[in-house]
Amino acid sequence: MTTTPVKARLKTSAMIASFADPGQKTAPAPFGHALVRAAEENPAIVGLTADLGKYTDMHIFAKAFPERFFQMGMAEQLLLGAAAGMAQTGLVPFASTYSVFAARRAYDFLCLDAAEPNLNVNVVGGLPGLTTGYGPSHQATEDMAIFRGMPNLTIVDPCDSLDIEQAVPQLAASGGPTYLRLLRGNVPTVLDEYDYTFELGKAKVLRGGADVVFVSSGLMTMRALAAAKELAKHHVDVAVVHAPTIKPFDSETVLRELNTDRLAVTLENHSVVGGLFETVASAVVHSGINKRVVPIALPDEFLHAGALPTLHERYGLSVARIVEKVLGEL
Amino acid sequence: MTTTTLTATAGTGAAERHRMVEDFAYRMRHHALNMGEVQGQGYVGQALGAADMFAAVYADQLVYRPEDPDWDGRDRFLLSTGHYAIGHYAALAQAGIVPIEELETYGSDDSRLPMSGMATYTPGMEISGGSLGHGLPIAIGTALGLRHQGSTSRVINFMSDGELDEGSTWEAAMGAHHHGLGNLTVLVDINALQADGKTDTVLRTEPVADKWAANGWHVQRVDGNDVGQLLAAFDAVAKEAEPDARPSVILCDTRVGRGVPLLEEREKAHFMRIDEHEWKICREQLTAGHEGATK
Repeated sequence: MTTTPVKARLKTSAMIASFADPGQKTAPAPFGHALVRAAEENPAIVGLTADLGKYTDMHIFAKAFPERFFQMGMAEQLLLGAAAGMAQTGLVPFASTYSVFAARRAYDFLCLDAAEPNLNVNVVGGLPGLTTGYGPSHQATEDMAIFRGMPNLTIVDPCDSLDIEQAVPQLAASGGPTYLRLLRGNVPTVLDEYDYTFELGKAKVLRGGADVVFVSSGLMTMRALAAAKELAKHHVDVAVVHAPTIKPFDSETVLRELNTDRLAVTLENHSVVGGLFETVASAVVHSGINKRVVPIALPDEFLHAGALPTLHERYGLSVARIVEKVLGEL
Repeated sequence: MTTTTLTATAGTGAAERHRMVEDFAYRMRHHALNMGEVQGQGYVGQALGAADMFAAVYADQLVYRPEDPDWDGRDRFLLSTGHYAIGHYAALAQAGIVPIEELETYGSDDSRLPMSGMATYTPGMEISGGSLGHGLPIAIGTALGLRHQGSTSRVINFMSDGELDEGSTWEAAMGAHHHGLGNLTVLVDINALQADGKTDTVLRTEPVADKWAANGWHVQRVDGNDVGQLLAAFDAVAKEAEPDARPSVILCDTRVGRGVPLLEEREKAHFMRIDEHEWKICREQLTAGHEGATK
């Protein structure tokens, strides 16, 4: 019997592990700093959290505006109910917790207290999709699926620090309830290399390409851009369309890009059920164009715990797995 | 304060104040019976039981402008228990916020007065209750928001004892104490009845007063059908209230169907059925009881 040497295994990533690649340009706590800047302009902005200020970058705001920060304790129903009550008095609350708690645990409070009366309540959800190795208790793999059915709610899945910085003031100004899939800590800065600005409700073509069109949201746009560069080495020319606003969805831009002979692929940090892929698929079927769309998304499963790089590789979100998938489809 | 602002009984004597609230409640009960007859059934029992609580709020406590229900300076009355809307509509009509003749549309298609209260439908309705255990969390935010902006307006949240089953109620109870919301008063209608039966058989919530006290609240328990006790409790809240003081709860034991013996004696049900010929009897009993009491 032969034995193989045991390879050192990667350890489960910290709860709030950064997914930035080594050496990648990053910005610290972009949400917290953007909220401070927005609050300097708009005195109605207040911040709330449910015992997760430090883990959602809300602590930056709390330090800058202690009198405008409200700690609600580990009580998510209270967090979102109280945010609605504050909005009724004319304030513009940003309420942070983890996406799993906002979507699964306190849904009824966002739905009836904020969305039905169309109040300016802005929910900021940490650890969206597969951005923690802690397993299903913390991995919000179905948050967009849960929230897409809620009338009036705007859903934003930002790619990087630039997206977040530009989204925050627009969410505050949008009037109705919003949900932001937060990337926190040292967040990669990617979109500054493209001629890009975040516009609420708009998808943007980041690069053109003759063979394949990617439609992506969230951190998967970062992966899509990297995969496009890799695929160029295989002489595959890839376009990338970034669609950070999941609802209301910019069907016009996306359908214009899809209605070609190119291979169409959606990429999202979310379950294949109920997220970007099904949003795009719905737009395609409604429009009547006859187009196959290939999803790159998390499987409809409860995911494993472990190190993020291991899990992104396992579930197909890594650049290498994207390249492999596209080459297999061509 | 302008002349259109109502704190209806300010400056009146104690007996006159008491009489005004009782009269308000009596008229509310007639409105509730009229609305109940439109539907032929419904939450008439709760409306009659809670009428004295609503009357104490609208005839004695609440600062509002009937012609401008959204006036910034108003006190906020939140109806958490959405199906008590019939009682709230009776109060809003008697307060001059909703026309009395509109009450006959209660629960009908395209009415501003749906069976379960909704802010987007009805003037003077601050929140959409009904999914129980929502009023108090919202009230925490309203009280925080008003205080943050320098308002001296008060927040009164009306809830039922059934809502004490909901975990969100106790999240909010802790939050109100933590944030020292002296501008918040909660009324709990303890009629000891919920959808599946008597409260002590559905989920035992007693000792209710001890639970609120343990959460740091100023607690009073009164007969919710005794106007004198209700007004005394509100006076005690006023003495307690400072911007950073404890929040206050007034636990109100009430009797379903109060004021109409036919309904008080009927087997208690969350959703009461009343035969067509009985509405007239109900009204006669209500009027006779009120005239007997005020003689």
